[in-house]
Amino acid sequence: MSVDFLIKRAKEIQVVIDSHALEIEKLDQEIGDGDHIFNIQRGIKLVIELEPIIKDLSMSKALNQISMKVLSGIGGSSGALFGTLFMTMAKSGNLDKAIDYKKGIEMFASGVEAVKQRGKADVGEKTMMDVLIPVADCLKKGIQNNKNPKDLMREAIETAEKGMLSTKNLLATKGRASFLGKRSIGHIDPGARSSQLMIKTVCTSILNS
Amino acid sequence: MKKFMNSSDDFLKESLQGFGAAHKDIVTCHYDPIFIIRSQPTKKGKVALITGGGSGHEPMHGGFVGYGMLDAACPGFVFSSPSPDQMIAAIEKVESDAGVLFIVKNYSGDIMNFQMAAEMMTGPSETVMTNDDVAVEDSSFTTGRRGVAATVIVEKIVGSLAESGGSLQECKNLGDKINKNSGSMGVALSSCIVPAAGKPTFELGADEMEFGVGIHGEPGRRRDKIKSAQEITNELLNAIIEDLKPENKDEILLFVNGMGGTPLSELYLIYDNAKKTLDNKNIKIARSLVGNYCTSLEMQGASITLTKLDQETVNHWDSAVHTAAIRWGM
Repeated sequence: MSVDFLIKRAKEIQVVIDSHALEIEKLDQEIGDGDHIFNIQRGIKLVIELEPIIKDLSMSKALNQISMKVLSGIGGSSGALFGTLFMTMAKSGNLDKAIDYKKGIEMFASGVEAVKQRGKADVGEKTMMDVLIPVADCLKKGIQNNKNPKDLMREAIETAEKGMLSTKNLLATKGRASFLGKRSIGHIDPGARSSQLMIKTVCTSILNS
Repeated sequence: MKKFMNSSDDFLKESLQGFGAAHKDIVTCHYDPIFIIRSQPTKKGKVALITGGGSGHEPMHGGFVGYGMLDAACPGFVFSSPSPDQMIAAIEKVESDAGVLFIVKNYSGDIMNFQMAAEMMTGPSETVMTNDDVAVEDSSFTTGRRGVAATVIVEKIVGSLAESGGSLQECKNLGDKINKNSGSMGVALSSCIVPAAGKPTFELGADEMEFGVGIHGEPGRRRDKIKSAQEITNELLNAIIEDLKPENKDEILLFVNGMGGTPLSELYLIYDNAKKTLDNKNIKIARSLVGNYCTSLEMQGASITLTKLDQETVNHWDSAVHTAAIRWGM
């Protein structure tokens, strides 16, 4: 994986998120304040615009630039959380221009752990962590057990989907939906949906490569 | 959607440019990154009060930057938290060798971004987190109560203490005390439209109201049929009083806040109805504030805040203040 990988995935994610924009906006209007989709779309656009600046950098340096860009350019919870994700991934990487698949998973898992600390949210609280934590766990376990990469990507896609769907019947205890109390039950969390779509996009690309 | 705007991308910048130009004797706006500071530099040895939050709540917070209140405000996009680079840039301009007090409303995004700023900065800082909204059940396992209109009261009273030479720790303690002694609850009669979204955040029937609404139009306790002003006022007051438990002889500040789309005539009517109810309960109104201070764009609605006062806090409330939105005593 290289910076080129990151940029290509960002462009694919942009297409997928745009095609689900109305759905995500509606989910957020049901239990949030409706701005999640705009924050995500703005963030993806900013990452893609970084291409000329980051294309020749190491993964770590590129991820650092991405983290500062989403932190300042998205704002809100999403900016802080995605900023933390990329910043920690950058820190746990190295200065190589390309990294292998195992290193990529390690970096992602350490990023997810940092996001968990930043947002003080765990599995079962009806947030994007219901997708990110199980996926990171599944990937870590997969590399420990030397699982076939393609099978592991399929498993990650399923895990993300399951995590996203699980938020429907959860009571929100973190984030803006928590203010709704019991009224939050019965709605899929918009943050869980957007992160599931991003994970699915990246994993599908690896699967088809 | 009908709004005075040219493009949703330029909404915040053009609005701030107007604000900065109209009040250039009080504030200076910076745009990359965005923050607002006093036009007169913060004096040496004074604790710097820095706050921020999503835009769309004007005059909160930029309208409270000035003598006797805030040193800097960092506005985010509409209803979206500002980012740490804004706080860091503001700190560089206003930090004056006495530390930085952040005043942050309890919303996940604001809390996370201010935390990151506190981690990134070098000097001492403390944070007062406001969470006065009694509509939300508080619990250590959840995000907890929202910070809403009482933030204005905290900013005024702590701003006065900082101006009179209070230390960072004293300012932090007083801020926590005012927050603890305050309770708020709001009701919406209509939704609001985020410029980038271009349509109402939620749908409300012609005869419905959202009870316990948050300051971003996020739903509250329940949706109800509209009632008389006196009934709505009593329900808001009862929820606050149940939480705040003011004693008979307590003196309170009664703050009737408009959400942006409700005329002052209705806010004063609510004030009248609230006063009758408080008089009946022998709760003495010592100070008052009525107006649009913590708004939700064009939302029709209002919130009531009660703050228990004592001699120290009354003195700080009365002290001179000169900001774009609040000015008295000078």
